[in-house]
Amino acid sequence: MCSLGVFPAPVTAAQTLFERNNELLSALHPGEHSQACDLPSPQFTRDTLKGHSRPESSSRSVFLDQRDTLWMRSAGAWRDAGLYGLLDEITNSAEEVPRFLAVGSACVLALLRWASSFHGSLFPHLTLSSDEMVAEFSQMLDWSDSALRSFAWHPHTDKFAVALLDDSIKIYKSNSSPTPTLKHRCQRSVCALQWKPLCGSALAVACQSCLLIWHVDPASLSTRPSSGCAQVLSHPGHSPITSIAWSPTGSLLVSASPVDTSMMVWDVAAESAVPLQRVGGGGVTYLSWSPDGSRLLAATPSALFRVWETRMWTCERWPCLKGSCQSACWSPDGGCLLLSMQGERVIYALTFSDLTGINNTYSSPVTACQLLLILKGFSSLSALLNISVGGEVCSLSWDPRGERLAVLLKGRADNHPSVIAVFKTRSSPVFELLPCGFVMGEAGAEPRFMQFHPHFQHGALLTVCWSDGRISHVPFYFSSAGLLGGDSPQQALASNTTNPSSNKLYTEQIS
Amino acid sequence: MPVTSAVFVLLSRFSLFHPIQWISGEETSTIVLITGLFNLEFYTLVPSIPCSRMALLGTVLHPRQCVHSLVYCTMGMLVMWCASVTIGGRYSTLGIPCRQSESGEVVTCLNEYHLFLLLAGAFMGYSHSFLGVVQNMYYVSFQPIQQYKYPRFKGCLPMVLKCSVIQSLYSARNFAALYFFFGYVPKTWISSTLHLQIDSSLQPLDSLTGLLDFSLLYHLSISGTFLYFTWYLTVLLFRIYVTEAYSFPVQSTFTEDAEQCLPKVLAETNTLVMKFLALQDLALLSQHSLSRRLEVFSLSQPGGHPHNWNAISRECMSLLSELTQRLLAHQDAVASNGRVKSQSASIDTRSASSSSSEDVAETPRLSVPLRTPGSVFTSSVGGVHSEPRSPWFGTVQSPHIMRRGPKLWMSSSVAGEKGSSRFSVIPLHGLETPVNSCSCHTLNCSAQVKSFLAKRVLIVYLFNKLPEASSQALFADSQAHIWALQGLSHLVAASFSEDQFGVVQTTLPSILSCLVVLLEAVDRHFKLPHASSKPVRTVCSMVPSLLAQFLEFKE
Repeated sequence: MCSLGVFPAPVTAAQTLFERNNELLSALHPGEHSQACDLPSPQFTRDTLKGHSRPESSSRSVFLDQRDTLWMRSAGAWRDAGLYGLLDEITNSAEEVPRFLAVGSACVLALLRWASSFHGSLFPHLTLSSDEMVAEFSQMLDWSDSALRSFAWHPHTDKFAVALLDDSIKIYKSNSSPTPTLKHRCQRSVCALQWKPLCGSALAVACQSCLLIWHVDPASLSTRPSSGCAQVLSHPGHSPITSIAWSPTGSLLVSASPVDTSMMVWDVAAESAVPLQRVGGGGVTYLSWSPDGSRLLAATPSALFRVWETRMWTCERWPCLKGSCQSACWSPDGGCLLLSMQGERVIYALTFSDLTGINNTYSSPVTACQLLLILKGFSSLSALLNISVGGEVCSLSWDPRGERLAVLLKGRADNHPSVIAVFKTRSSPVFELLPCGFVMGEAGAEPRFMQFHPHFQHGALLTVCWSDGRISHVPFYFSSAGLLGGDSPQQALASNTTNPSSNKLYTEQIS
Repeated sequence: MPVTSAVFVLLSRFSLFHPIQWISGEETSTIVLITGLFNLEFYTLVPSIPCSRMALLGTVLHPRQCVHSLVYCTMGMLVMWCASVTIGGRYSTLGIPCRQSESGEVVTCLNEYHLFLLLAGAFMGYSHSFLGVVQNMYYVSFQPIQQYKYPRFKGCLPMVLKCSVIQSLYSARNFAALYFFFGYVPKTWISSTLHLQIDSSLQPLDSLTGLLDFSLLYHLSISGTFLYFTWYLTVLLFRIYVTEAYSFPVQSTFTEDAEQCLPKVLAETNTLVMKFLALQDLALLSQHSLSRRLEVFSLSQPGGHPHNWNAISRECMSLLSELTQRLLAHQDAVASNGRVKSQSASIDTRSASSSSSEDVAETPRLSVPLRTPGSVFTSSVGGVHSEPRSPWFGTVQSPHIMRRGPKLWMSSSVAGEKGSSRFSVIPLHGLETPVNSCSCHTLNCSAQVKSFLAKRVLIVYLFNKLPEASSQALFADSQAHIWALQGLSHLVAASFSEDQFGVVQTTLPSILSCLVVLLEAVDRHFKLPHASSKPVRTVCSMVPSLLAQFLEFKE
């Protein structure tokens, strides 16, 4: 149990710049300079981006109402809204059709509505529209309102991809080379992005209707790669896609949709998919592959999540205590999984017994699911501003060395903003969590999404997407555990070079 | 299998426990079993990709395929007969007693419903056999992930059911249309040969009102679904059974088991499925199993030679270099564009002209290049492409390849003078073919023949090459190469920490150069005009090679 009051409150409400000497320093801190790293931090405002305003089917309201023949209207309804639309159209135009047809279609319609409401009462998320569903299950907080839709660091180089409100994706690199903009006809309502590991160019994009794999040549100077560079992967009934995960070796891609009870395992080069179906839960919302590639977490919209073992693809069911699994992150060695549940201020930990490929037994890998931490209470940030923070945990992120854990706490109405709390973690000899501090943005900006840089040299680097459309980077300068006393970034760098295991390739961890 | 279908018959029919049902149920199951055994020869690990419409036509009209279709028709009729007996009622027998309208005496009449179902069975059998060829249904593909047999079967079952329902509805529609137009032919033939009367009081079925009989169509689609379901189920079970991962021992202490060891099986050429399974096993062990990797890297006990590693790496590298050479040959064929086009066209026209240009169907000699490229149990990987049936055949003998050889293999050409080159200058299978002598002759007469034939639209349509088909045919068996590449690169990556005796070090340079040359060839292939639009499977072959290189650079 941990009270947020223990956290060292920032002195001022200004933007947090970086951590040094175990202190989070802010912009107004005396004697500190501005931004320490040379990564691009672009800002996008809602005004400059124009999203596609509304789905095509509702553009009818713009035009004058025109009376067609019944056949034309029925065909149009069938095309736009399927069987429902057709039945609705027939029922509505009762004076033009024979009486038995109108009555029959009304009955069928009522029956269908009753059945779907029954189905929807079992799985409430099925009643949402496609956009609402994406907004509900996206890792980006306030997805529908935000100028930024998704964000992803490249696992090996200093470049990241940002999905924007206008359904385009921009790719930024550390040096000021041109920033390619990716647009595609099928690229609507981007919910997740992920770069392919061990590959320089492939970016997977989870869209509303399909899955796009962009091949963006890093050496090319073009700012608008043609849509021929994108592979479109789609499967009937598998949309909207809300989560994707590459295997750490980059050989397989898994995609999930809250509507589809099966998740798809794609062989991207061959464009073939293997569905893995488990009916319970009513869909799959979130996927996360463990860094060593041996396990895969699949969360469902119900109070249930599964941990798949990726050798023979069998799974374990974990009926949760309360609410669905909202977010999760794996420890860097793949032995521990942290989970947060919807509507709870609790982080759970799932510990897996360490197993190597020697005996190949996967009988009972999980030893315990324990309550790790309860984030109780509120902390009043600043007496001057009268702001207090604290709330349900909606996103978790662990840095690749396993030393900092960032927790995004959801806010409420006024004077109660969302905030990122950062913990120091240590896994040996015993698992420890120590409060480190709050990461603050500029005045009025709330964090929406965060991700750690996969291979930052001098410690950890947290990238945060803010509600005002800014992307900022917060470095944490520290030396690895066991080598205490490295205070300056230079010393941290020196201690890092003596410890080459810090940024291992995934494959080395496997073997 | 018999159990499944027997259970299915009992459940699908209206669960009357009648003796005749048992008989017909048993009969159906034996039929299904026979189908499975009969099909064994048709399964293939390499999808056949016809390069032109003519080739497709040739495949369909091949005698082997005709026999296959015939057997399927018979089986479809038999199953439908069982189904009609099981349904009973008005469908049960071919002849029914009826009353002559004028004389009033009772004679045996033709039961058109029964005939209708039998013909539908034959039609479905033929269409199944036909679609099986056109859609490559007998191609057994390996899945990218491993699953246990039962969950995999369970997962596929709804899809099979859905497919069979849809297919049965489609063929019921097609058959009804066919029967509407041509139904009187078999009807009159049957009734005249068996001396059955046609009952004039009943509505004839080849009329619009007769066909709009709801219960008839229902029974037709139900039994069609059953028929297709059993057939698809056979295919599915066979696929699951064959593609199940098998773990070969890396080395054995006893000499009698030595034939089943991984290096031996990898080198095997006459059973394709064994080779594929061994390659799959190699790819899996290189990723997942530490203990078996150690066996690969171990030394032989008396003598201390790394026999296991040598055999495995040699086999993988020979597979990969074979792919490289194939790609290079194809690129040369495409690169010398104008010339090749005239030549390949002339070969086509020659084959057409030699067999009296009218008769399109009788030219399968050259343009049946791909009958099913080899059944699972009989043929070999190399055999498919070394015979002069491959799409780039006939173009290889161009002098470009001779020029190209030294240009691309710069290092080997320099070293080749001393006779110590590692890479022999590409031995291409097309070089020794006798076509070279004929080509000048064909070039002479090709002009007038071509101008004559170009006017026939049908021939142009049939002989035009399908786009991308040659590229697809090039990568038809690429699964083997992908596994070889994966296994090799993961083993090399693992050897950093696990190879105690340094057995990998000696072969490392040749492995790396092999991978780089293959990468270069694949990159070049995707820059070709017809190859780029669909990234054929080898894209994923580049990844492990990149991975291996990446790890090398870290050293």
